[in-house]
Amino acid sequence: MNGVVIATIITISSVGIIAAIILYWASQKFKVFEDPRIDEVEDALPSANCGGCGFPGCRPFAEACVKADDFEDLYCPVGGNETMMAVAKVLGKKVSEKAKMVAVMKCNGATQFRKKHTEYDGALNCTIQHNLYGGETACQYGCLGLGECVDACGFDAMYMDPETELPVIIEDMCTACGACVEACPKDIIELRPVGKKSKRIFVSCVSHEKAGPSKKACSVACIGCGLCFKECKYDAIKIENVLAYIDPIKCVLCRKCVVVCPTSAIWEVNFPARKVKPTIEKKTKLTEIKEIDLIKTAKENSKKDNKTE
Amino acid sequence: MLKTFAKGGIHPPENKFSADKKVERLPIPKKVSVPVSQHIGAPSKVIVKKGDIVKTGQLIAEQSGFVSANIHSPVSGKVFKIDLVTDTSGYRHQAIIINVEGDEWDEKIDRSEDLKRDFDFSSEQIIKKIQQAGIVGLGGATFPSHIKLMPPKDTKAEILIINGVECEPYLTSDHRLMLEKGEEILVGIQILMKALRVEKASIGIENNKQDAIYNLKKLVKNYKNIDIVSLKVQYPQGGEKQLIKAITGREVSSGALPIVVGAVVHNVGTAYAVYEAVQKNKALIERVVTITGKSVTKPGNYLVRFGTPIKDLIDAAGGLPEDTGKIIGGGPMMGKALNTTDIPIAKGTSGILILPKEESKRREVKPCIRCAKCIEVCPMGLEPYLLMTLAEKAMHERSEKEDVMDCIECGSCSYTCPSDRPLLDYIRLGKTQVGAMRRAKSMK
Amino acid sequence: MLKLIVSLSPHQLGKNSVEKLMYGVIIALIPMLIASVWFYGWGAIVVSLTAVISAIVFEFLISKYILKIGNTIGDGSAALTGLLLAFNLPSNLPIWLIIIGVFVAIVIGKMSFGGLGNNPFNPALVGRVFLLISWPVQMTSWPIPSPASEKFLGYTDVVTGSTLLGQMSEAMRNGESMKVFSDRIPNYFEILTGSVGGSIGEIAGFVLIAGFVYMLARKVITWHIPISILSTVFIFSGILWLVNPEKFIIPFFHLFSGGMLFSAIFMATDYVTSPMSKKGQIVFGVGIGILTIVIRIWGAFPEGVSFAILLMNATVPIINMYMKPKRFGETIKEK
Repeated sequence: MNGVVIATIITISSVGIIAAIILYWASQKFKVFEDPRIDEVEDALPSANCGGCGFPGCRPFAEACVKADDFEDLYCPVGGNETMMAVAKVLGKKVSEKAKMVAVMKCNGATQFRKKHTEYDGALNCTIQHNLYGGETACQYGCLGLGECVDACGFDAMYMDPETELPVIIEDMCTACGACVEACPKDIIELRPVGKKSKRIFVSCVSHEKAGPSKKACSVACIGCGLCFKECKYDAIKIENVLAYIDPIKCVLCRKCVVVCPTSAIWEVNFPARKVKPTIEKKTKLTEIKEIDLIKTAKENSKKDNKTE
Repeated sequence: MLKTFAKGGIHPPENKFSADKKVERLPIPKKVSVPVSQHIGAPSKVIVKKGDIVKTGQLIAEQSGFVSANIHSPVSGKVFKIDLVTDTSGYRHQAIIINVEGDEWDEKIDRSEDLKRDFDFSSEQIIKKIQQAGIVGLGGATFPSHIKLMPPKDTKAEILIINGVECEPYLTSDHRLMLEKGEEILVGIQILMKALRVEKASIGIENNKQDAIYNLKKLVKNYKNIDIVSLKVQYPQGGEKQLIKAITGREVSSGALPIVVGAVVHNVGTAYAVYEAVQKNKALIERVVTITGKSVTKPGNYLVRFGTPIKDLIDAAGGLPEDTGKIIGGGPMMGKALNTTDIPIAKGTSGILILPKEESKRREVKPCIRCAKCIEVCPMGLEPYLLMTLAEKAMHERSEKEDVMDCIECGSCSYTCPSDRPLLDYIRLGKTQVGAMRRAKSMK
Repeated sequence: MLKLIVSLSPHQLGKNSVEKLMYGVIIALIPMLIASVWFYGWGAIVVSLTAVISAIVFEFLISKYILKIGNTIGDGSAALTGLLLAFNLPSNLPIWLIIIGVFVAIVIGKMSFGGLGNNPFNPALVGRVFLLISWPVQMTSWPIPSPASEKFLGYTDVVTGSTLLGQMSEAMRNGESMKVFSDRIPNYFEILTGSVGGSIGEIAGFVLIAGFVYMLARKVITWHIPISILSTVFIFSGILWLVNPEKFIIPFFHLFSGGMLFSAIFMATDYVTSPMSKKGQIVFGVGIGILTIVIRIWGAFPEGVSFAILLMNATVPIINMYMKPKRFGETIKEK
């Protein structure tokens, strides 16, 4: 009996030793040299593997960082400037700061504003519906509401609002990786700079339809009337193809365009006075004093912005 | 033993209600909207402007690229405006809207009903005439016909195959055409043979159209080198590759054109249009459209000018039934569901099918039980279950390797799936994504 | 205003459904159930009912309360799994053992992978093999069939005997000549009409073949898997027999004994766990055939077809990967 036990112990240990020797030999023999800095860079990255940087994952991005001479084209949108600074520190290089971005949803065609004329019946996938036809409503540019962007989001920063049937972006969670932008077949989601104190003004519509059909299809569509363009003193708004676009860099956040928009298509986010988007009825007249104040602060803001840039 | 294609295929209920209804002429509407993209390829370029007076058969939009086709005014009247109109694609596209005034035809057009058998044109002249007349494949694919008549340099056409299969359930427009315009079609085939310089032509007709086969067999005795092939009823026999396989026994390989096996396929409707264009100088401005459905009171076949809203056609057939759930442009297997009744009839509209509500809804999707029935019925030998999974998981490179681009979108897989899975929906998604991937690659 | 429904083609759907396919198999099994009642008495009914009811209960509980995918018992797959498992059991098995077997089959073999369509192994066979390994004595002692079941005996109160395969492996172990052995077994007509003991589904091959023909006619299954299994078994055991008729028994014996016919027709053709392409199905069938004979002749268990199917189930993903259906136009591409 003892003999069996001893024999077992000896065999198993010798198998272990031989295996260890083979493994050690193999690891030495087939060693591939890798820049140790790649590991260090990878550690500094958020390891989300979201692909927002344009590389398949964090490791290839780290390799690219190590190889690159300058970081002009390399940017980790998830980690932001801090991460890039950390990466630069590891590699002993310099990095210029980039504005932090956030995804914004440029369709406000909630069910109450946009009547459904048809009923889509089929696979619940926006791209499939997009290839089939313009959508359940008369607006062929707007959100289809099947939530492909929500599925694409790897950071739980989006959800579908069951009432409006539109996706909602949770700002604090959004890393601006761009997955939703890519997923949306209608190109509704845009990455815009977060802005000062997260304040943003943007046109929440992508319809290139002419005013008549546009308004018929959706009561909150941009009809390209040009009122905002006339109102803006900073040349931040341009109208192209019956659609207004606010340049986030030129915009000084004066909020004047928001007030003049006849269809409430321009949205303001994170402004102190009205956190909720103004509805058509709530188009309150702002007092003179307030307006002046706003312009002042806006100008100051823009100055500060310019300085930091 | 009747000929058919090699693998797969299904046999859905035929439901050809309008097979015995004579083709009638639909009255010209007050206003037509003619979309400028009625064919595959680049949209045509509008050459009229608001306020212009146009005659029936006059060119109003011209070819704007290699794969493109001319468009002629289907009516006479005044151009009201050029605007966006929802067309069969489900999107708003550019269209020429014409207010109809009378019905004055272009002088060159021979409007008599007499049969004109003899022609004396060279191959090039015929192709030119077909190109000018804006003829596209009338089977539904709407590929410009003149391109098919000009085979690439290193290939040679041996046989012209005329598609009179009409394997789609419900539709009868080709069937009626073969019955009523048999002789004209045969002359059209002779013209096409001359254009292609081929010695042989076969007309493939499914065995459920006995009267059409009988009619054409009787007429064909006066014409040389044309034979009528009756085929077993099997969907999708009307698919180009399937039809070539059924008639010649040759298989067109993946990604190749039929011309590599020496075959050129045209629809019977196209052959008739070619006859009219070459012998009567009449451009493609109207076609036979079937209006049908189980709940339609008067299903029938109508000769309709392009640009007529489908509403008019439905009214002619007894109005829209109460329980309508879906209106389909084309047949139930490959047709496109339409989203309004204002959509104008275009070159590719072979039929309007109205489905009642209870037949319109998809059934509840259940998990795949891997019964392999989709593989059994796929006429292209693909694995639909796998392609669907790959498309769902966005594994587009793998689905390219699994030959997703070979799919002819016949819908046999979705039809047969016991779990009612939207197989073709996802395969189409895979195809668009792989197509986009290929384009992106070729750009680099 | 009329709200039109818009969807992608095809707009017409066929009449196939999961329920139809599952009930098709169940209908094909019913003659077998009647035959087994004829030969084994009420025991067969008790075993089948217990298995079917417990399978439905387990599936209902799990799909509704654990997986929360809604009630899935309507598709008939749970009832089918229960019935198939019952047909793989002796008709005098204690009820508690049947319930354990069904538990393993449904809960571990099927639902733990996510329910219908996701299980890699045939759930009924998982249940059966579990029982066979854990309770070999109960699983391999069968009541002796008595045509018309003279007495309609009480449930477990029967004389039990071993199967033909059990006798064969014992004879082989004792070094008995197979020629001598085949003389003392009943003739094949008797085997096919059910005078030899075994599981419920192993009796009366004629009824099984009738079920097979029914399923082929209804297009529930195709011929590829059963025929390739049976012909492989026949050819492989035939070669062995030709080499040494003293040591190996004639091929007919393998074909008609034990669960061969039942497993080839009903167990191996399970949709979820068999390959997709026709080519793959034939490879799958050949694999099962060879493994079965190998296990029967050289293995420790007298019956090998269950193990063979489970082993081949594991290879299905690989078979699917490499055995593609013939693409249209493929032959020309290669030229």
